[in-house]
Amino acid sequence: MAVASDTAPQFAEYAHPERLVGTDWLAENLGEPGLVVVESDEDVLLYETGHIPGAVKIDWHTELNDPVTRDFVDGAGFAALLGAKGISRDSTVVIYGDKSNWWAAYALWVFTLFGHEDVRLLDGGRAKWEAEGRPMTTDEPEVSPTEYPVVVRDDSTVRAFREDVLETLGTLPLIDVRSPEEYTGERTTAPAYPEEGALRAGHIPTAHNIPWARAAAEDGTFKPKDELEAIYRGGVGLGADQPVIAYCRIGERSSHTWFVLTHLLGLSDVRNYDGSWTEWGSAVRVPIAKGSEPGSL
Amino acid sequence: MSAALPPALEEIRDEFLALGQKDRLLLLLEFANELPELPARLQGHEDLLERVVECQSPVFLTTEVEDGTVRLHATAPRESPTTRGFASILVQGLSGLSPDDLLAVPDDFPQMLGLTEAVSPLRLRGMSGMLARTKRQVAQRLAAAGA
Repeated sequence: MAVASDTAPQFAEYAHPERLVGTDWLAENLGEPGLVVVESDEDVLLYETGHIPGAVKIDWHTELNDPVTRDFVDGAGFAALLGAKGISRDSTVVIYGDKSNWWAAYALWVFTLFGHEDVRLLDGGRAKWEAEGRPMTTDEPEVSPTEYPVVVRDDSTVRAFREDVLETLGTLPLIDVRSPEEYTGERTTAPAYPEEGALRAGHIPTAHNIPWARAAAEDGTFKPKDELEAIYRGGVGLGADQPVIAYCRIGERSSHTWFVLTHLLGLSDVRNYDGSWTEWGSAVRVPIAKGSEPGSL
Repeated sequence: MSAALPPALEEIRDEFLALGQKDRLLLLLEFANELPELPARLQGHEDLLERVVECQSPVFLTTEVEDGTVRLHATAPRESPTTRGFASILVQGLSGLSPDDLLAVPDDFPQMLGLTEAVSPLRLRGMSGMLARTKRQVAQRLAAAGA
């Protein structure tokens, strides 16, 4: 029982416009049966300060990650989580969050691992909704728990592991979406971010540096398609069928780029290496390049 | 077992530990809302404060030692309530201590609040950074005063 797509003209040119909704659309469709709005933020308390009426919260640290193994929750864990949030397998899920939808895109990517079909982003995220003076509330939504099915997580289609990167190194293009400082090896963390424990600095040899934020406009919405084309196709020469792997530090910023390449530009085979730099930069005997050039093997 | 906590920090810790996970988050939000404004003489002069780079949002703090007690001032943006909550806990828990008592506060105090599960260890690092910087500032002020 999918809710109708947002047919606003600014989305029409994207490869999969049904993956985005605007704030107007969301305001009109709040409360629509079959629609669940999810807030996913970097700050674990931001939702509690006020959220879109009816929205539920999903926290990436404490709910999408397995508490023991460095991995996402499994099928049973995902089913329990979504069931508790009142999401059904056929729900239309619209995700929004802070920081130009970093974490919202990450959550959307995790939903994709479990094959949840109708999952969309609110273009511009929380900041745009707030800036437009739209309603926010601290009232807890009334959630009717559902029976979400246990679905085996698909780790092969949109997810890449260290082994995949090693095997395809030099043959598949890699996109490093971190800041230039992290890419060149000046530092291992995003500017103004805490150390997250990589032992070496630099990037995976041959990777192109396209910081994720280049895909976002000032107001946090996605840039128009022709500008995105220029950045990704022009910059790296990515064709529509060219398989590509994106990575960052822990896989969150590269989820944003994954969304752009997959749903806005329509590339057919984009994988997110979520182990990213915190794994690669600490792994034994993997090649590393420093400096502003991609480097060779 | 770590060293004994000063009474104000102990009270804060006990408040958190008495609650379930979800209520611990709400208590942290209460702290966030209670973070006092910077004193007027510091407002607009954030450059005089030290940036806490361990925090994911712009957080600045500074300490003053006067008549044998420490005052901690901190500022963090409204859209970063978790960080504001951490700052507020330290402002409330550390202000008024003697420099020696402040320096004796265990470095792992942030881990004693029972927030690891509700907030995640990674996010708690911001609070550890604030505590470490506060202690270092106070130690430097003591050294500069020739104490």
